Order: sequence, then C-alpha cells, then structure tokens
Amino acid sequence: MTERLRQTARRLLEEGNVQVVIGYGASGPVFITRPEDADKLEWNDRCFANLTVYLTRKEVKALGKAALVVKGCDERALVVLEKESQIDRAALYVIGMACDGLGAAKCVECQTHVPRFADEVIGTQAEPPAPRCAPEPNGLDRLMAKSPAERWAFWTAEFARCVKCYACRQVCPLCYCERCIADKNRPVAIDTSATPKGNFAWHITRAFHLAARCIGCGECTRACPAGIPLGLLNQALAQATEENFGYRPGMDREAEPVFGAWSPADKEDFIG
Amino acid sequence: MSEAIAMSFEPKIIAYVCNWCTYLGADLAGTNRLEYPPNVRILRLPCTGRIDFNLIVKAFEMGADAVLVSGCHPGDCHYTAGNYHARRRWMLFRSLLETLGIETERVHFTWISAAEGKKFQQVIGELTEKTRAMGPYAAYQEMCVGQASACPEAAK
Repeated sequence: MTERLRQTARRLLEEGNVQVVIGYGASGPVFITRPEDADKLEWNDRCFANLTVYLTRKEVKALGKAALVVKGCDERALVVLEKESQIDRAALYVIGMACDGLGAAKCVECQTHVPRFADEVIGTQAEPPAPRCAPEPNGLDRLMAKSPAERWAFWTAEFARCVKCYACRQVCPLCYCERCIADKNRPVAIDTSATPKGNFAWHITRAFHLAARCIGCGECTRACPAGIPLGLLNQALAQATEENFGYRPGMDREAEPVFGAWSPADKEDFIG
Repeated sequence: MSEAIAMSFEPKIIAYVCNWCTYLGADLAGTNRLEYPPNVRILRLPCTGRIDFNLIVKAFEMGADAVLVSGCHPGDCHYTAGNYHARRRWMLFRSLLETLGIETERVHFTWISAAEGKKFQQVIGELTEKTRAMGPYAAYQEMCVGQASACPEAAK
C-alpha cells in the first residue's frame, strides 16, 4: 500500500493536479511539493494523526491545491469541515487509505475502515478486519456510574494537571477559529492562567464548542501532555447528541448539523 | 446544614433573561407590586439565543449559587427561533455539566412571557427557597480559589 500511495502522490504532482500532498512521513506529517520527494510518504501502524487539521491552516492553504491522505475515521472531519464551509471539497484531492485498524483501541469499534467519499481509495479492507487489541473498557460508562460528587472530584484532579498548553485545541481538526475565545482579552472570557478556575472554564468551553461536531478521533487525548482523558467529555456529548437527535457528526453528508437547525418537537422536560 | 447557617445564608442567584419576554415579565411583576426575594440579580440580554454557556460558567466563577436562564415561550421569540436554538444548546450543555459532576440542580431554565409577572414572582420565590435549602455552591467556589498546582519536578 505504501508503494501505491507513493505512486499516486508522484502522479498527482507530476500531472500538476495538486501542488502539495499532505501525508504521513517517517516521523510526523510531511508536505510533499516535488514528485521526487514522494518516497518520503509512509503508511504504517503509526499513522494515527488526523491530517485534516492542516487544511484550515493559513500556511498550508498558501501551498496551493492539496491532496490529502485520510483514513476512514479522519474523513468524517472532512465532512464536517465541508458542511461548515471551511473547505472547498472540489479544490481538494482526497487519497483514502483502506485501513484495517492501527492497533488503537478506537479502531476496534471503528465503522468507517474504508473512506467513503475519497477521490481515490488505496487498498481494500480485510474482511473482517482483525482486531489487534482488546476493545477499550468504556471509560465513559465507568465515569457516569459514579456519583456527581465523585465525577467532580475526578475532573478536579485531572484538570489540576492541565498547564494550558492548548495542544488539545491545536491538534483538533474542528478547532479552526482564527481567534480562539481563550485568546480574547477584552473582556477575558476564560481565565488565562492554569488555575483550577481557568482550567475548568477552558475545558468546558473546548468540549462544548465541539458539541455535535466532534468526530471522536481522540487526538485531543493523545496530544495531552498531562494525560487528561479529554475525549471523555466529547464522548459524553456525542452520546447525548445521538440519543436526542440521532445525529453522528461526519457520517452523513446530507444531514443537517444539530446546532444549525431546530425543531419545535425538541424535548424540554428540563425547562420549567 | 444546620438551621442557624440555613437562616443566615442568602443565596446569590443570577438570572439571564431575554429582553422581550422575561425582562418584561419581571417589569410587570414590579409594576404590579408583586414582591419577590431580592436574591436574584437580573441580567438582560437580547435573546436566549444570545445566552452563551460561558455566561453560566462565569456566574458560578463569580460566586453564584444558582443560575436561571429564561426567555420567551417556544413560538414567541422576537427573532423567530432564538429560543429554539437555545433549547437545543441547553439540552446538550446539561449533559456536559452532568459529565463534569457540576450540580445541574443549580442551573434552571424556564420560559416566562411578558404577561407572566406572576410566574416570574413564583419562579424566583421557589428558586430562592430551593437554593437556600441546598446551601452555597461551595464545591465550585472552593475550586475557583485554588492555586495552580506546582510542577511536580520543581516540587522535588
């Protein structure tokens, strides 16, 4: 598959269809602009990163029309970005990698092994994909089984390690605001220091700005240097979104985003 | 909570209300000389659709014991659908608060129209008593005064 990926990249660059190929390299992402560099592309078990995050970056946009290497799970971010008018899908070439799972816990439950909307899919999925690790014990269920006071204590301890590096924001393909509310200082909406108060305000904001949008790639958890299971908050919101609206972000290109719409029939059992 | 503290504790309640319905409902309560507890601080916003969840967080940071968000009944929004959008947002926001272990019984949502001065009086009265019974939101307030934890390496 690696060889076919390199051939495809070389062909696209030689034909001049795209100016840059964004893919996985030996150590981190690579931005290939010359056909002779196509051999720097890799496809292996370490291709975890969700490369769609680069599409909304100014520096990457400046490189010209891009071809992007995506896995089926990452592709859901493309659907959301397109829905939110952040990318012009026609001005993007998507190289989809059929993926048997990379050995991460999230791969066991994955339902999108093969990219569905790619311009070109490389490889085929083994049927059925062999799970290479046990499914993750469901952290969310365990958390929600606790009492609210225990959950509060859990998050207080977790957030106490947060140093506000904002890696969770930078790595997220759907956190693309040019000016984040956390950086606004007139007035200060979120206390900027890494105190418990500021950390709670930040993590509530981060999670809720991704409500009904998060595709569950889990990059926030993976990027966190303090090992805070940030994805749990997103999972909780995703679960509530599915229960209330039957909506899974990035699965259906036609579905109306939850917060872009409303219905008179929405439940309001919590409103007095 | 002992009775003595319960007697001396005066809850602080922040009410975010919309300009077109609940604020006028509060106004009507006033012009009708309907008494309600002075524990509520009313903040007027254009529409419930404008009421950002950060404002709720901010209220707790500043020492509120309960927050009320109130606007026009469904179908009555001055901007047609602001309250419908808000309703969806609150639905999911409550699930986030639950996940974090924030006391959701301190976050209240209600619809109060411009004609419901009486309902405004009742809601504020009930909310104040309920909050008084629950006591101050000590968990959040204690968390807010916490210092940044020292770097474990530096502490060695």
